[in-house]
Amino acid sequence: MSGSKKATASAGRNMSFTARAVRDIKKNYEIYLILLPVVIFYLIFHYAPMGGTVIAFQDWRASRPMFGEGARWVGFKHFISFFNSYYFTRVLRNTVTISISTLIWGFPAPVLLALLINELKNKYYARVVQIIVYLPHFISMVVLCGMITLFVRDNGVVTQVLSLFGFPKQNMLQNPDLFVPIYVISNIWQGVGWGSIIYLAALTGVDQQLYEAAEIDGAGKWKQTLHITIPCIIPTIIIQFIMRTGQILSVGQEKIILLYNETTYETADVISSFVYRKGLIENDQSYATAVGLFNSVINFVIVAIVNKISGTLSETSLW
Amino acid sequence: MANNKIKIGLPERIFDVFNVIFMFLLCIIMLYPFLYVIFASFSEPAKLMAHSGMLLSPQGLSLDAYESVLQNPRVWTGYKNTIIYVLFGTAFNIVMTVLCAYGLSRKGLMFTRVITIMIVFTMYFSGGMIPTYLVVRGLGLYNSRLALIIPGAINTFNMIIMRTAMAAVPDSLEESARLEGASHLQVLFKIMIPVTMPTIAVLILYYGVGHWNAWFNASIYLSDPAKQPLQLFLRQILITANMGDMAGSSSEDQALLAETIKYATIVVATVPILVLYPFLQKYFVKGVMVGSLKG
Repeated sequence: MSGSKKATASAGRNMSFTARAVRDIKKNYEIYLILLPVVIFYLIFHYAPMGGTVIAFQDWRASRPMFGEGARWVGFKHFISFFNSYYFTRVLRNTVTISISTLIWGFPAPVLLALLINELKNKYYARVVQIIVYLPHFISMVVLCGMITLFVRDNGVVTQVLSLFGFPKQNMLQNPDLFVPIYVISNIWQGVGWGSIIYLAALTGVDQQLYEAAEIDGAGKWKQTLHITIPCIIPTIIIQFIMRTGQILSVGQEKIILLYNETTYETADVISSFVYRKGLIENDQSYATAVGLFNSVINFVIVAIVNKISGTLSETSLW
Repeated sequence: MANNKIKIGLPERIFDVFNVIFMFLLCIIMLYPFLYVIFASFSEPAKLMAHSGMLLSPQGLSLDAYESVLQNPRVWTGYKNTIIYVLFGTAFNIVMTVLCAYGLSRKGLMFTRVITIMIVFTMYFSGGMIPTYLVVRGLGLYNSRLALIIPGAINTFNMIIMRTAMAAVPDSLEESARLEGASHLQVLFKIMIPVTMPTIAVLILYYGVGHWNAWFNASIYLSDPAKQPLQLFLRQILITANMGDMAGSSSEDQALLAETIKYATIVVATVPILVLYPFLQKYFVKGVMVGSLKG
């Protein structure tokens, strides 16, 4: 891309920007026409909402305009009221807890699974295992959460089985202490197989001659895994880890909304579900937008920092 | 692998045996929830409620739950709506994604870089849920089927996969066609789309499954039950536990039946995915590979 850009630049060195732009658009008008609906789409559904965040600094009502005369500006009122509220620590703490728990338990699982599948000698069996472990990924969130709801009720199958081991018979979704475990375990159940694909792909790329050489040198299976297999998939692991840490403060609202209830808000309510409830159920759009904007800005900063760090540490930067 | 036949140590053999067993158990953990739901859905309600612990077969045999589910007009409305959203939504996704990817993969244009930056930026920053909602409402899309089709037209990540595929097509193919006077639209339809068909197929599956499983946007944009997709009906039955017209009277039999109805509804809503999955899974997997090359 940079080469072709240079070509354009040198050809039009003597022309003004406008003249070059006009010539470029005339020459490539067809491509720009193809891109026109796309640009309009992004402007309307991505950039207009960014503009709409101005209501975070207003007392906006459906009857008031967002811009110009009649807009009621209130500065950082909603932000301050959020930071001072009891909800601020609660949703921030829950978002971080859920996110980090998912990362700690959920991140190593697919790596381990890929290593184990890779060790299966019978390749036909390995194929069948793969097909089965990918399956839960395709189940809808509603069905997943519906199954969870049915299984962990006081007479649900999971509750009944756990009661054999001394667990109290209870509706587990009504117990605030159990929300995070339920969220994380079901996440792993649904995602571990799908997550392993990328590592399996990296594993098939490992040069088989390395193993042969190691075998001649008398290295056992364990040493081969430690010194050949794992170093070969480390770059993939790092990239995946970077992408995950960038999302440390973005826990999606969909699964939360389907699983939580008033008795578990204390441990289950995250930033996105709070925004949803405030903005769309309680109709306090300005306040909810302020909370959402706070989250967007923090997320952006985190991704930027993570990317910067990974860029300095290795060549594996996202941008 | 041939080397392993020469000598396999005992610890290795023990590991292999445990690995095979562990993978088998893992498969059971992955499949059993589905089996439980299927067994429960065919059970006699009273026997199911009396039973405790895991199910290895249906308790008794009853089709009453399926009869109730299949007689419920809302199930059929939901199915019809979901199919509409999958067909039209995916078609619109593909058109927009392909147009965008084609435009951005062309070389030597002054503004493609600016447009690319503008698009990629939206992956890292967004206006958030509420402003997006207000924009969609402001466009008059509230309670319109278009609310589930237009706002999500392009998934930027999918678009980048598509752009990568198109950028990988040799320039010579396009150039020779251009020399013969083909327009860009002709190049797109006659060359690029056929050549990148494998990637397009993967994206059709991704978008299609996405539409089949989606529920959140429908829950905030569609209040008219006649337009709601199947997943919303499922949510009502399973999560909000509002059985509505499904079990109108509150007799004990009805209350018991309401339980097996939940399981039957899951089966009815998930069967299409489960039936198609074994045939399509290799394409899905291919998509992950394509996506991982350049994220």
